[in-house]
Amino acid sequence: MSPELIGAVYILSAILFVYGLKLLSSPATAVRGNQLSSLGMLVAVVVTLGSREIIDFRWIAVAAVLGTIVGAVAAQRVAMTGMPEMVALFNGSGGIASLLVGWAALDMGGATDAELPQTTFTIVTILISILIGGVTFSGSIIAWGKLSETMPSRAISLPGQQFISLLLLVAMIGCGAMMVAQPETWNSTLIYVVIVLSLILGVMAVIPIGGADMPVVISLLNSYSGLAACAAGLAINNTILIVAGSLVGAAGIILTNIMCKAMNRSLSHVLFSGFTAAKTATKVEGEVKPIVPDDAYLILEAASSVVMVPGYGMAVAQAQHVVRELGELLEENGAEVSYAIHPVAGRMPGHMNVLLAEANVPYDQLVEMDDINRRIENVDVAIVIGANDVVNPAAREDENSPIYGMPIINVDQARTVFVLKRSMASGFSGVENPLFFKQNTRMLFGDAKQSLSSVIAAFKS
Amino acid sequence: METVLLGFVLMLSIFLGFELISKVPATLHTPLMSGANAISGITVVGALTLAGGEMGEWATWLGAAAVFFATINVVGGYMVTDRMLGMFKKKDEPEARV
Repeated sequence: MSPELIGAVYILSAILFVYGLKLLSSPATAVRGNQLSSLGMLVAVVVTLGSREIIDFRWIAVAAVLGTIVGAVAAQRVAMTGMPEMVALFNGSGGIASLLVGWAALDMGGATDAELPQTTFTIVTILISILIGGVTFSGSIIAWGKLSETMPSRAISLPGQQFISLLLLVAMIGCGAMMVAQPETWNSTLIYVVIVLSLILGVMAVIPIGGADMPVVISLLNSYSGLAACAAGLAINNTILIVAGSLVGAAGIILTNIMCKAMNRSLSHVLFSGFTAAKTATKVEGEVKPIVPDDAYLILEAASSVVMVPGYGMAVAQAQHVVRELGELLEENGAEVSYAIHPVAGRMPGHMNVLLAEANVPYDQLVEMDDINRRIENVDVAIVIGANDVVNPAAREDENSPIYGMPIINVDQARTVFVLKRSMASGFSGVENPLFFKQNTRMLFGDAKQSLSSVIAAFKS
Repeated sequence: METVLLGFVLMLSIFLGFELISKVPATLHTPLMSGANAISGITVVGALTLAGGEMGEWATWLGAAAVFFATINVVGGYMVTDRMLGMFKKKDEPEARV
């Protein structure tokens, strides 16, 4: 096939990507959007295979078959609760692929030196794709480790971390400058240094970020994986890589921004300073009022509107199915039930929505923070399931609190609040939660799944 | 001149990406992310040309490895997104419970 024809087909697949992403904006059309986008990918791959440049299909076939098997099995096997880890790993594989493409492109130039001397532009874009690809890969592996609890999920800070990262970056720019100045002498050796440096940089970037900030990291790495593809596209002069890569890069940055806003923190604050619990926060005093499931049942039975507020604790306790069961019982009892989800609840953007969808909660019952806050005063019972910081009224009231200013779901303004919690320990941020001491709050201690099951049992008897 | 054109493509795609994504509701953030992630596997196209082209042995190996990883990203990303989206149902739709 001629390059012109290939280019035309690339335009078609870019249209499919754009239209697919557009359809992803509504649950009703999202499945088709995803299919269109995958069709775009298929078209791009097929037309590339037909190009005259490709003369040997053996290695391609082996690699593609193996990759398909690994990807398909992983996608089929993964449990919905393991989704953040899976997304992190897929990000990482995209990142390493871009790194390898950049590396191969550099090597290719070396092999056919006479006819294709590498321009400064090519070398610089190759280096960028290796840098971003490497950071995406090692950063994603660390994120995966933190999410799957293979390594401690808390923020780990080394002394002088920012300084080390800066030093790494400077060293990398230095290597890059040498490679641009004298490609023949330096390319073959310094490339290894650049790869190693970029991998270390990725580790340094994600290590200091704690578990609850993971939604930001995941969406940022997602953005990087797109930008890496984009840089690889610039390096090998391929427009479809540039278009698709920058679409993904932009998408990831938007998500990152939404996550940061939902925590009232700037991106640089999330990336460079671990969450430090201020000691100056006003001490909360008061009495905690525990409640037993049978009494909770009596209150719920009389309620005409109930809001469930899930958090990461629901994912840990795998309580999404009992939550839905209780919701259905309440509806049969004549109550209006909705599920209010904070943008950063869980470990990735939209984490809670996926878990509840898995448990067959209809998506029209999932409401966003702003919508529920508008009518929270009319809610009879708000049930907080494993959420803490995202419902902490200190964010609204206590100017000394480290989370002051973060938008929260105002469950404390509902008539009654049930908090399902294992113990009185504070949330990830280490901030005490005055919600637990409020007049209208009842604490239902114990494992969320068991507590809910007891309430359901009381309903059924 | 070509570099300038590539720059324009880059700039316009980024703006387009911003416009497209800012309208996605919070409910769909995870599928959006994994779907977008699958698109970033477009690197596979670049990897194919490098793995199949007439090049040094080393570049071919690197290209093949890139094809492998990018294919995981593409196939896994699209399939997992499809699985997730299949679970989002409206209230009155007949539910396929398992």
